[in-house]
Amino acid sequence: MAGPSVIELQQLTKTYSMGAVEVRALRGVDLQFSQGEYVSVMGPSGCGKSTLLNLLGCLDRPTSGTYRLGGYDLSQLDDDALSGIRGTRLGFVFQSYNLIPQLTVIENIGIPLYYQGRGEAEMLEIAERLAERVGLKDRINHRPFELSGGQQQRVAIARALVNDPLVILADEPTGNLDSASGSEILEIFDDLNRQGKTFIMVTHDEHISSRTMRIIRLRDGQVVSDVWN
Amino acid sequence: MSGTNPDFHAYVEPPRMTYSYLQRTVRLGFRSLWMHRLRSLLTVLGIVFGVCSVIAMLAVGEGASHEAQEQIRRLGSNNIILRSVKPVEQQTTTAQRARAVEYGITYGDLSRIRATIPGVTIVVPGRIIRQWVWNISRRVDCEILGTVPWYAEMRKLGVIQGRFFTLEEMDAIANVCVLGESTAAELFPMDNPVGHTVRVGGSYYAVVGVVQAEASTATAGPADSAETAGTSESATTSHRIYIPLTAAKNRFGETLVKRSSGSFEAERVELHEAIVRVHRQEEVLDIAAIIKQILQRDRKQMDYELVVPLELLRQAERTKQIFNVVLGSIAAISLLVGGIGIMNIMLATVTERTREIGIRRALGARRQDIVVQFLIETVILSCTGGLLGVLLGVSIPFAISHFAAMVTIITPWSPFIAFSISAIIGVLFGIYPAVRAANMDPVEALRHE
Repeated sequence: MAGPSVIELQQLTKTYSMGAVEVRALRGVDLQFSQGEYVSVMGPSGCGKSTLLNLLGCLDRPTSGTYRLGGYDLSQLDDDALSGIRGTRLGFVFQSYNLIPQLTVIENIGIPLYYQGRGEAEMLEIAERLAERVGLKDRINHRPFELSGGQQQRVAIARALVNDPLVILADEPTGNLDSASGSEILEIFDDLNRQGKTFIMVTHDEHISSRTMRIIRLRDGQVVSDVWN
Repeated sequence: MSGTNPDFHAYVEPPRMTYSYLQRTVRLGFRSLWMHRLRSLLTVLGIVFGVCSVIAMLAVGEGASHEAQEQIRRLGSNNIILRSVKPVEQQTTTAQRARAVEYGITYGDLSRIRATIPGVTIVVPGRIIRQWVWNISRRVDCEILGTVPWYAEMRKLGVIQGRFFTLEEMDAIANVCVLGESTAAELFPMDNPVGHTVRVGGSYYAVVGVVQAEASTATAGPADSAETAGTSESATTSHRIYIPLTAAKNRFGETLVKRSSGSFEAERVELHEAIVRVHRQEEVLDIAAIIKQILQRDRKQMDYELVVPLELLRQAERTKQIFNVVLGSIAAISLLVGGIGIMNIMLATVTERTREIGIRRALGARRQDIVVQFLIETVILSCTGGLLGVLLGVSIPFAISHFAAMVTIITPWSPFIAFSISAIIGVLFGIYPAVRAANMDPVEALRHE
């Protein structure tokens, strides 16, 4: 079932200092994710799951420990290199969609390619193909505010796919959606996973996590259970 | 360590800032600004008015100084003008009212000047008498100027009709005259005056020509207003007619009698005006000083004035330089204020778009991409402001010329300079907001509401 290893975390810790108080958000996490996995990360709020997702997404750096993405140690990389990793190797789907309001659907999908200096024609071609894949081919020239929440999240999924990432990180992707739109999104995830995409999704909805193949539970910055469905 | 993605290392190639990347960034910058049209417009108003006022004020200033310099130049920059001035203290002393007041430049003065100074070639003596000039029943209060035939040429007066009188006519003490432009218009509103005669006192003069109105020294420039304030009567241009100096001497003598309310006043003035032409322009100021010394030597009172057009010109140029410096500072301040306004709004924009910055960073934007994005937006703002300012600033002088009948000159470089400064301001005041945007923590930025 498991393909080659995509992510390896060894004794990953993250400590925030908030004034005099030190908050140990992650206290030594060892995890390994393989290609094609569909993982949900669960836990009560404040358990460190957002911190874990930020570290996985290279938006933040660990205080200690190693993070290997595709076998490549990221802990020594500078800011520009991390930006490059995000732009080429990772896909993000956020709870609040996070589309850029002044850009059209197709331009929003193309942003990661834009920052990789890819040509405009190529970018539009890929973006259009992905818009079609998430069922928004007839909306490519609309602005985000002209779309429903479910449609916006589908744009975000297309955007997360545009750079053909190693792993897609999703942070409560259905949190802002009604159940119908939510299950549409999850169906797209299932479909993409069947085609080999790797997903790591933060959620606190048991119904959603039950659809995934592996459930990791965090508490107080530590992994308390790692179960295969 | 197993299962390393084979093409993972290929990414590290950092993307370059290509031309098409910048082109797209500019296009998107325009769109972002267009989303907040009103705000963008209000933001650039400072730059618009800064640039516009620089160009307009420069044009007005340039026009005014050009006009002043043109007037001074018409007096002849190689000339030194000597004028007789009634001494001030004598006018107020009633005890001396009864006898003739003697003052002014004499023929002796002129011959001394001619004898001592080698660089001086021509001296034009002139006498000014104020009297009515008649054409049958029309009359004009005129300054009658007894002068020499080359006067018109020296003062750069264009002959409009006929000719100026000749040396032969002067030697023959002929009763000929040349009318000033305005005199001709008053006396002969319908006809060509050449060939007619005018009457002055008891004698008749044949009109041989009409010349242009003379530039007066009173309007020559603000710099010499102090000098001419005391002699405004002689300096203001009025109606003039020109007759040979010899004829003036013969007909009017050298004593003038003025009657006024019971008392009478007599003046004896040999020459009212003389023009010293200096051959080489570099020597004008030195020679003026020498002339002053010569005239000062045997004088008890200040009964003449020395007008040096070149000096006036220099003064006008200095005034213009000061004006330009003042204008430059005002322009710099207003553009600075405009720049601060832009920076203020850009800082607010950066805060407002924190989330967008976070999204872009998450999707692979490097710090420099964010810097470029916001810097380009600021430069678009300031350049648009500069462009609007140039358009407004170029059209305002036209309106001023049209409605206020003032000469305005837009020097070709001023719109370019003003525009480039506004572009530079955009870069300078855009750097800080852009760097601030780029240094935001992506996690914090994404959490921002």
